[in-house]
Amino acid sequence: MADARVQVPAQVRRGESFEVKILIRHAMETGYRLTDEGKPIARNVIRELTCRYNGVLVFRAEPSSGIAANPLFTFFVTAGDSGELVFEWVDDAGARASERASVTVAP
Amino acid sequence: MPLLPLRALAQAEPEVAAMKAFVGNRPVRAGRLVLDIPRIADNGNVVPVRIALPGPFAPGAEVRSIHLFSEKNPVPQMAVFHFPAPVAKVEVESRVRLAGTQRIAAVATLADGTLHAATADVVVTISACIDGS
Repeated sequence: MADARVQVPAQVRRGESFEVKILIRHAMETGYRLTDEGKPIARNVIRELTCRYNGVLVFRAEPSSGIAANPLFTFFVTAGDSGELVFEWVDDAGARASERASVTVAP
Repeated sequence: MPLLPLRALAQAEPEVAAMKAFVGNRPVRAGRLVLDIPRIADNGNVVPVRIALPGPFAPGAEVRSIHLFSEKNPVPQMAVFHFPAPVAKVEVESRVRLAGTQRIAAVATLADGTLHAATADVVVTISACIDGS
């Protein structure tokens, strides 16, 4: 559950918008599938993903079962100071995980 | 000229009900929001989608959120993306599941209440499984 890959540029310029990509390993179980025995498999999707940049919330996603397994999210963040991007997410089962990436801002 | 039955007319212009419910009777602007999705998706389980609203944005009119709706999925609201801090470049990419050929819609909400919308039709060859098969 804790597996995620984050991609940010090695260096960004202050004031510039830079691309952030996060790929999370998660089945995003829809709740519509059945086991081989015909029992329904409970829905379990990531219901919230947040991204904080030096402590400030810059992006938040509320996915549903309409987001594909192993969800990928790409968005843009405006460069301020060098520091850290912290991603946190939680699924329907209450499992929480996080990932971080550092950002170097050229003066 | 032959008359089309009402049902055929309704199918000619499918409406994304979830988007209509979200928008209500607020005015919606079209033409600025970009909704990129393949016209033909071979696999409905993984369909790449990109939503972008070109700036610049006046102070007080930054993008707050983008809602992504499906016409035919059992859960019509596929995702909501929030932008709590003003960002100059508004562009989001993800991958969605689509239960069959349908129209999808995106609505961007600006801080001043303005709504920008876009729709796109996708032909899905293999539907995302929703029936347990």
